[in-house]
Amino acid sequence: MARKTHVQTQLNGEPVEFLCEARQSLLEVLRDELHLTGAKEGCNNGNCGACSLILDGRLVNSCLVLGVETEGKTVETVEGLAAPDKLHPIQEAFLENAALQCGICTPGFIMSAKALLDTNPNPTEHEVRYWLAGNLCRCTGYDKIVRAVLDAASA
Amino acid sequence: MQAFEYVAAQTVPEAVAVLDEKGQHARILAGGTDLIVQVREAKLAVDWMVDIKAIPEVNILTHDSQNGLRLGAAVPCYQIYDTESICENFPGLVDATKIIGGTAIQGRACVGGNLCNASPAADSIPPLIVLNATCVIVGPDGERELPAAEFCTAPGQTVLERGEMLVEIKIPQPPSNSSSYYLRFIPRNEMDIAVVGAGAAVTLDAAKQKIVSARIALAAVAPTPLFAEEASTLLAGREISEEAINEAAAAAQAIARPISDMRGTAEQRTHLVGVLTRRALKGAIQRVLDA
Repeated sequence: MARKTHVQTQLNGEPVEFLCEARQSLLEVLRDELHLTGAKEGCNNGNCGACSLILDGRLVNSCLVLGVETEGKTVETVEGLAAPDKLHPIQEAFLENAALQCGICTPGFIMSAKALLDTNPNPTEHEVRYWLAGNLCRCTGYDKIVRAVLDAASA
Repeated sequence: MQAFEYVAAQTVPEAVAVLDEKGQHARILAGGTDLIVQVREAKLAVDWMVDIKAIPEVNILTHDSQNGLRLGAAVPCYQIYDTESICENFPGLVDATKIIGGTAIQGRACVGGNLCNASPAADSIPPLIVLNATCVIVGPDGERELPAAEFCTAPGQTVLERGEMLVEIKIPQPPSNSSSYYLRFIPRNEMDIAVVGAGAAVTLDAAKQKIVSARIALAAVAPTPLFAEEASTLLAGREISEEAINEAAAAAQAIARPISDMRGTAEQRTHLVGVLTRRALKGAIQRVLDA
């Protein structure tokens, strides 16, 4: 049995502690240890963006971050977006624009969009498309997704 | 993924000590965007991952006209293109950092890691070569410096010896009337690996009519990124002209020795070297003219 490391991190605004092996990715820690299944495993090699989340204010692929690397860091996942009685404006915009079909890519797209709007509240369509290039949707609803992000920006 | 030990080194000597003791069983973890994939896919057996991101020296990012750019080996791509003075003075490097992976990759991937991964198709290496970058390497026997053009020795192989690590990349301040440009050919708009990449840096005279000096480098057409020396030197002292640019492009084509693989044939790659060399030179020249 491989050695486990004790890690303390800030997750969606709350302090969290967990034990993990060095080989476990942040994605695996979230899903298997902390039972937060919003971030999805798609390709598991940094191409699809389904596991996108925000680490210390920057968008990352959580399949390419080790859980042990998050000691003392701040992690934001899709579970932390909505208020108890109200969806986040980006989530509302995705619903209003029907910007999801099967939904597997959606948490990654929403976190990617949040990271964009946090740094650039009024992006052009061109900027949205390039920023989201690392998020794949195989139901191919890209136009609706881009419109949802632009709507959320102007909301 | 296979089991391994993780150590977050706090100092360069601490990282060097682990690397020296464990040899090829230890690997440096910076952005992890290549390393974690390689270990997960069992292309690389690693018993120790040495995380260097807590070490101050590898996070340095300073620029001034006296000392040029000091780029710590673990500085992620986004910090480069988010720094205005780097965009102004080293635009060719910025071009590359904006197209390595998507936004989430650029949040972690670093130019130092792009060098150490030593892919022939690495986007940031041609700009480093044309910008005269120097690699600062620290090992058990002390520090040494090496031009970026000499860092990679074969696909996935570098000059790093047992216990050595890349700590910093130094790029001198370009002279006035200088600029740089990098572009690659890929069959889609984003998120792909270069079929061919070309970088150019130029310095023009005060009247912006003559090329004082130029440097050209190529990616994905040889086992390592290449400095196109003859293509570069033949431009020195020439008037800016289609003829001079075409001569440089032909000289760059002459040193390309590409393979055929799923991304393109050798013939297509050789053709692309000509096209991209012309575009990189024109792009760098235009940036000086627009400045």
